[in-house]
Amino acid sequence: MAEQVISAPRSLPVGPVESHGVGWNGMACLIASEAALFGYLLFSYYYLGASNPRGWLMEPHPDLHLALPNTLLLLASSVAAWWGERGVRQESKGQALAGLALALVMGTVFATVQVYEWHAKTYAPGTSSYASLYFITTGLHMAHVVIGLAVLAMLILWIAFGYFSPLRRLPVSNGVLYWHFVDAVWLFVFTTYYLTPLLGFAR
Amino acid sequence: MTPARSQRMIADTPEIGEVTQALRDRLEAIWETKPGFVGWLASVDHKEIGLRYIVTAFLLLAIGGVEALVMRLQLIGPDRHLLTPEQYNQFFSTHGMTMIFLYASPILSGFSNYLFPLFLGSRDMAFPRMNALSYWVYLASALFLYAGFVVGAGPNDGWFNYVPYASREYNPGLNMDIYALGMILLGISTSVGAANFIVTVFRCRAPGMSINRMPVIIWGTLTASVANLVVIPAVSLAFFLLWLDRQFGTHFFDPAGGGQPLLWQHLFWMFGHPWVYAIVLPAMGMVSDGLPVFCRHPLVGYTAVALATVATMVLGFGVWVHHMFATGLPGLSLSFFSGASILIAIPSAVAIFAWIATIWLGRPILTTAFLFFASMILLFVIGGVSGFMTASVPVDWQLTDTYFIVAHIHYVLIGINVFPVVGATYFWFPKMTGRLMDERLGRWNFWTMFAGFNIAFLPMHLTGLMGMPRRVYTYPAGMGFTTLNLITTIGSFLFAAGVLMFFWNVVKSWRGGAEAGPDPWKGPTLEWAIPSPPPPYNFAVIPTIATRHPLWEDDLDEGRARSTLDRGMTLAHGKEALATTSLDGEPDMILKMPEDTLAPLMLTLALTLLFAAMLGKLWWLAAIGSGAVLAALIFWTWPRRQLLEREAAVHG
Amino acid sequence: MNGPLAYLDGFGRRADIVVPLTWAVTIISIAVCIVIAALLWMAIRRGREAAGVDAMAVRRSEGGMRFITIGLAVSLVPLLVTLVWTMSALAAIGAPPRRARVEIDVTAHQWWWQADYAGDQPSLGLRTANEIHIPVGEPVLLRLRGADVIHSFWVPKLSGKTDLIPGQTNLTWIEANAPGRYRGQCAEYCGLQHAHMAFEVVADTPAQFAAWRQAQLQTAPPAATPQQARGRALVEYRCALCHTVRGTIAGSNVGPDLTHLMSRSMIAAGTLPNDSAHLAGWIVDPQSFKPGSLMPAQALTGDQLADVTAYLETLK
Repeated sequence: MAEQVISAPRSLPVGPVESHGVGWNGMACLIASEAALFGYLLFSYYYLGASNPRGWLMEPHPDLHLALPNTLLLLASSVAAWWGERGVRQESKGQALAGLALALVMGTVFATVQVYEWHAKTYAPGTSSYASLYFITTGLHMAHVVIGLAVLAMLILWIAFGYFSPLRRLPVSNGVLYWHFVDAVWLFVFTTYYLTPLLGFAR
Repeated sequence: MTPARSQRMIADTPEIGEVTQALRDRLEAIWETKPGFVGWLASVDHKEIGLRYIVTAFLLLAIGGVEALVMRLQLIGPDRHLLTPEQYNQFFSTHGMTMIFLYASPILSGFSNYLFPLFLGSRDMAFPRMNALSYWVYLASALFLYAGFVVGAGPNDGWFNYVPYASREYNPGLNMDIYALGMILLGISTSVGAANFIVTVFRCRAPGMSINRMPVIIWGTLTASVANLVVIPAVSLAFFLLWLDRQFGTHFFDPAGGGQPLLWQHLFWMFGHPWVYAIVLPAMGMVSDGLPVFCRHPLVGYTAVALATVATMVLGFGVWVHHMFATGLPGLSLSFFSGASILIAIPSAVAIFAWIATIWLGRPILTTAFLFFASMILLFVIGGVSGFMTASVPVDWQLTDTYFIVAHIHYVLIGINVFPVVGATYFWFPKMTGRLMDERLGRWNFWTMFAGFNIAFLPMHLTGLMGMPRRVYTYPAGMGFTTLNLITTIGSFLFAAGVLMFFWNVVKSWRGGAEAGPDPWKGPTLEWAIPSPPPPYNFAVIPTIATRHPLWEDDLDEGRARSTLDRGMTLAHGKEALATTSLDGEPDMILKMPEDTLAPLMLTLALTLLFAAMLGKLWWLAAIGSGAVLAALIFWTWPRRQLLEREAAVHG
Repeated sequence: MNGPLAYLDGFGRRADIVVPLTWAVTIISIAVCIVIAALLWMAIRRGREAAGVDAMAVRRSEGGMRFITIGLAVSLVPLLVTLVWTMSALAAIGAPPRRARVEIDVTAHQWWWQADYAGDQPSLGLRTANEIHIPVGEPVLLRLRGADVIHSFWVPKLSGKTDLIPGQTNLTWIEANAPGRYRGQCAEYCGLQHAHMAFEVVADTPAQFAAWRQAQLQTAPPAATPQQARGRALVEYRCALCHTVRGTIAGSNVGPDLTHLMSRSMIAAGTLPNDSAHLAGWIVDPQSFKPGSLMPAQALTGDQLADVTAYLETLK
């Protein structure tokens, strides 16, 4: 005897709750695609590095004096953003604003230092393929930092308006997730441009 | 606010009800597109968007087809000069760009857009506004890309656009800049659409539709979308780097500055080969779902076919170098990619034998749709074995860049894309319009297309074996190409006549075809359970799925569980849809769907302005464009009041 | 299957290895198409119904998976055979069977071919264009470079394609086992005149090859008549900007080396037969034969053209 099945759930969340919602899936797709973009950029670096004769590296011994602290600063900004998100989760507006504002400031300092690094270079994007790659990779990363900072700024504004609560906070979770991604991808860029030459790649 | 009140706004027990006229009226009022031109521009209805995609893509198919016919006139005999070399080069490049980028993928997006929520028992896609965005950006990029061709500055280096010929030194005009920037713009559309398909499949299925109960076309589009999501950045990056090389003197592809022409080829084909699968896998899914209906037999080997779809793409990521066998790569690399390219035939064979078994065990009814689907099997095999021949490196060193490859790519793209798509039109046209297409004209349509196509392209294999190189604007007499080319030209015009019959049939049937009713083919899947054309909300109640073929359960009588289609969650408190869990399809949350909005169109206009400014290197205008993009994004993402806790009381 | 560029028959050591493989995969492919077409035909004939969908309930028949398992098992055989055969053929043609005694640097230009033969000493090296002579029965090593954009070196009767890419040098080798003229063609799209970028490989007996080589080392003969002298002066004035005629002041390398122009059977990269009428026509209006060619039209009077042609015809 056939038996009809029918789905009649007792209670369902209405709209996104906590970090749950299709918007999260959408952000995951965006991050996957962006990660792939950086994957192809780094592929280009390793491909050109491996197929060029010695001397291709413009900086066989990269200077870590600014880059390493700057990298740590960017990572710390991720922690600040996480702490700010926690503020939203715990309904502490002050902590939320402070955390995200701190991340915003740290991110801005990172960007400023990076711009200074660019100015300090002895080569320009048109100097060689290494130089082109260095500037376009860090440049595209910078574009992501700027977008991330804009996102943080908007989140700060919306938190100040009191738009979010511990349950309704998907935009915050998504925005902070994006910021984590921007920081994580820098680790790969940093490793490629600053550490692999020290380990002997293309040197 | 009290915790109890907060609780109710955040969670709700969905009402269960029957399909009643009152419910339909209520949903209609909530979901319908607002009247007027602005309402039309603002619509986020997936059916509306899907139709726009389909109409636009077919128009571009017609334009690309005319370009092909002009080229065939040039090649009808040796040493003919209807087109200058430059014109011919722009024609073949634009033809490739049109068919591959502006027809083959968008047409599938159109069908998937229209059909996904219907297949899945959902009221819309996961991100309706992004859906509208992907269409508008597609339209904008098509206009952008064609703007150059119209003024004689179309792409002239093939759709593959190899450097250094694409670099500024050899190609000083705007041709390549338009192509590069237009392709980046199109990439945005494709990526956004791909993300939408992925999330829709994983989150917007009817309850009970676990992933092993999805129609095969869903597997095809899902696989293609995952691939697109991760390979589009490769080609967008390549075009971006090319633009920088051309306009700002960087050296990514310039050997004089330590760059590599082959870097272009790697980035392009890392994208390009998965892309080829992305424009055939959904079409194979159309056959897997459509053919069984006319065989009155479920698809044989559903699981095998679904897994083969995924396996094709997994292998498809590892075969890009077979486009580069002649570039002087080391032997080990040649062996690896040759092996992978030979073995990729295995998953395709699974699908072929599954379809044949389905016809064999069923009782085929020879409708026009069936003819298109069944003939695709043969065309797929011909295109497949010629691909298998090129996978063998020593053989490929002869075949590559001859007309053999032109024949191969047309068997793949016309055989596995155009034929299933035309079949799918005959199959789903009644659902989209409520009218049947003319079957008598359909036969003429099919046999003309089938004969014309094979007359044009089967001899072309021989043209290639005789050694005719690709992408030549003319050829000398005495090479053994003349007769073969004449036959191909005749066949191509016959094929074009068949395509015209198809368009005529669509127009004629749309205006005055026979009434179709909700389920003219007695199909198995959910789209046949609702009226034709579907109401704006698709499903008045959310169906519950118990098997892979909800509408065939009584016939098949396999197992005891039966789907429930006429009773279920009504979700009529505003524009609501159901989200389910990724794998099992258990109800997970109620989605508050966005209203119609102009935001996608605004963002598209802002993006187009930005890209036009980049093309003209008008930086002040680019700054305005960027500002407009930012403004449109902020407007778009501004949290909706009904989803903010303090406003949530409006619910219910 | 006869035609200057057809490759289902071959005349070289590489072709001997590749042609059977090509035939094998072609026959396998045709067989697969026939089998599938027959299966499809039988499947449709077998259960074909005149009834509409309305009248027919859906039934599931058992045993469908057998099609897939048997089909796959059968398909695997030709796939694996091809895989093994491909790998062994690839190994066999990967390198010349013995050290090549003739080495040629081939440089592809838009839209012609330059060939430089290495000699045991620099004075024995020579340069020619669009017609490459090789000794029969000897493997010849080719070093391939692209001067501007990517081209592809292809002599179908002797071997498959290898690209000539700016910034890198690709190696390949050819060996003819019968004397003759083998047509070659650029096989990578390279711009306006990709269609007219052909060349010839001429396989000579060892004695002929040695004689050819000796002849090519000679510089251009002096003008023997007043007409030739006037022609030579015009060539030095008009053509020297792009072309070399060794023994004169013409020494530029933008276009093909003309020192032994008349030893070649074709002009304009395999586009026109090399006779005086075509030569004169080409000099006066190259753009009508190869629109976009980098060779500009020469505004010469009828007498001047006759002088130039008369001189060029001495460059044997």
